[in-house]
Amino acid sequence: MSIRERLSGNEAIATAMRQINPDVVAAFPITPSTEIPQYFSSYVANGKVDSVFVPVESEHSAMSATIGASAAGARAMTATSSCGLAYMWEMLYVAASDRLPLALALVNRALSGPININCDHSDAMGARDAGWIQLFSENNQEAYDNMVMAFRISEHPDVRLPIMVCQDGFIISHGVENIELLEDDVVKNFVGEYRPEHYLLNASEPLAIGPYANPPYVMEAKRANLQALENSKKVMLDVAADFERISGRKYSFFESYRMEDADYAMVIMGSAAGTGKDAVDALRSMGIRAGLIKVRMFRPFPASQIAEALKNVKVVACMDRTESFNTVTGPLGADVRCALYDAGIHAKFVNYVYGLGGRDVTVASLTSVYEDMMKIAADGTVGQTYRYLSLKG
Amino acid sequence: MKDLIEIRWHGRGGQGAKTAALLLADVAFNNGLYVQGFPEYGPERMGAPITAYNRLSRNPIRVHSNIYEPDYVVVVDESLIESVDVTAGIKEGGAIIINSHKSSNELKPLLEEKGYHGHIYTIDARKISIETLGKYFPNSPMLAAVVKVTGVMEEKAFLEDMRKSYAHKFASKPSVIDGNMKALEIALKEVH
Repeated sequence: MSIRERLSGNEAIATAMRQINPDVVAAFPITPSTEIPQYFSSYVANGKVDSVFVPVESEHSAMSATIGASAAGARAMTATSSCGLAYMWEMLYVAASDRLPLALALVNRALSGPININCDHSDAMGARDAGWIQLFSENNQEAYDNMVMAFRISEHPDVRLPIMVCQDGFIISHGVENIELLEDDVVKNFVGEYRPEHYLLNASEPLAIGPYANPPYVMEAKRANLQALENSKKVMLDVAADFERISGRKYSFFESYRMEDADYAMVIMGSAAGTGKDAVDALRSMGIRAGLIKVRMFRPFPASQIAEALKNVKVVACMDRTESFNTVTGPLGADVRCALYDAGIHAKFVNYVYGLGGRDVTVASLTSVYEDMMKIAADGTVGQTYRYLSLKG
Repeated sequence: MKDLIEIRWHGRGGQGAKTAALLLADVAFNNGLYVQGFPEYGPERMGAPITAYNRLSRNPIRVHSNIYEPDYVVVVDESLIESVDVTAGIKEGGAIIINSHKSSNELKPLLEEKGYHGHIYTIDARKISIETLGKYFPNSPMLAAVVKVTGVMEEKAFLEDMRKSYAHKFASKPSVIDGNMKALEIALKEVH
């Protein structure tokens, strides 16, 4: 039986962590993710989990301690936001290249500057190329569900990679909404015991983790990291199928919303996807064939699946909640455009930067994107392909 | 109540408008509704104007934006009427609920001057709070006033639910439970 509750996104992640009961949690506080280690440390203090909580002195140390614990053979995780993730940057690559199945709950917040505490995806995008699995969540429910599924994906022998579960800062992390929780023992059984094949504290198998790699080895290590990410696609689907059996909730690479006969498709990630669905429904009620794709798995990128979902649309609008300064596309836009090109799909394509530093995203602002797509279809030309949404005059 | 009620709260940092919005979400959740309760975060400091929001719905809520056309606006600090456009976007048939010792008729000219001609309710949360708790905590009276005006749940069920909630919240100082309950009861009667 699921449990009807109302929780903020941070409470949802902390609840999943309590149910997972990881061996080690190391963290340093940063807005808006601070509540996650705060709640979790109270679970430790109150004996609700038997995890070791390591209150480190910085995010670099948080990731380092999580790496150390994971290398030793523990199920380990951390949480952070924004500049905290940036301060982990060096160690993010180490976690992936060491092939450590640790987890990070990321509460998306803008990177400075200008200094800002609100949501955008610039922090996660900075970690895009680190070799991690990245899952994005629309709401507290998805943040919880993704966290429950995370270790099953990352610890799979075909994967063995770190995983990042992202939710939008404040909008989700501090917003209280309804949620369906799973019972503690259901989560415990679903996640299972962690039994690593190779680990530092195994005295019968001495090994080194993270040694220096000469030129003859680095490319092979990176290629193996790539293969593991490729493998994680199937593992993610298998875990999602198991999860559907215990929760009734269905997950995949992305969610296709009213895409069956869509002429105008928006591709988007995170909390704004829900707002976009309301825009789609209103447009549909006026007879406009609007659809939406909400990307859940951003790394590895499900390129062929997204191309397949977009093959019959007239116009694609890709929404990036970050700026990558190549002056042509954002990171999601680049990936989607690449996928379309490789699949030989010639839909008109427009890319928007939106919601930076917490700029509010409304049904009206996303409806205007669909109106732009209709104009592009009518004109037969895109005009400006890289645009800013809701930019003040 | 209708299928979806949207509420915007105006308060000052430290007054508890955010907490009140979360309390209202709790009350509505316990009444079987889908809820959202969320503050608008910025560089907060004591006394600065803050905004918080509620969506209370019979159906699952997907939208994740602030609320620009609320059914109801709650003003926890009357002085904000001068500095913040508190009546902005209030829907036709909606209402504003103001914490004030003045009557709604007394506040009418001030709000009309700002272009607002809708319903006005007032509640003297300070007086009620001082009477029942001996200190100024406007949350309980404001919450009761909102429940009464919006009709989001039955008064009796609301009071029963709040007694349980206070019993949990104030487990370590049960002496304030009765005072808060009294504040709710008075506010339910005195909001006009």
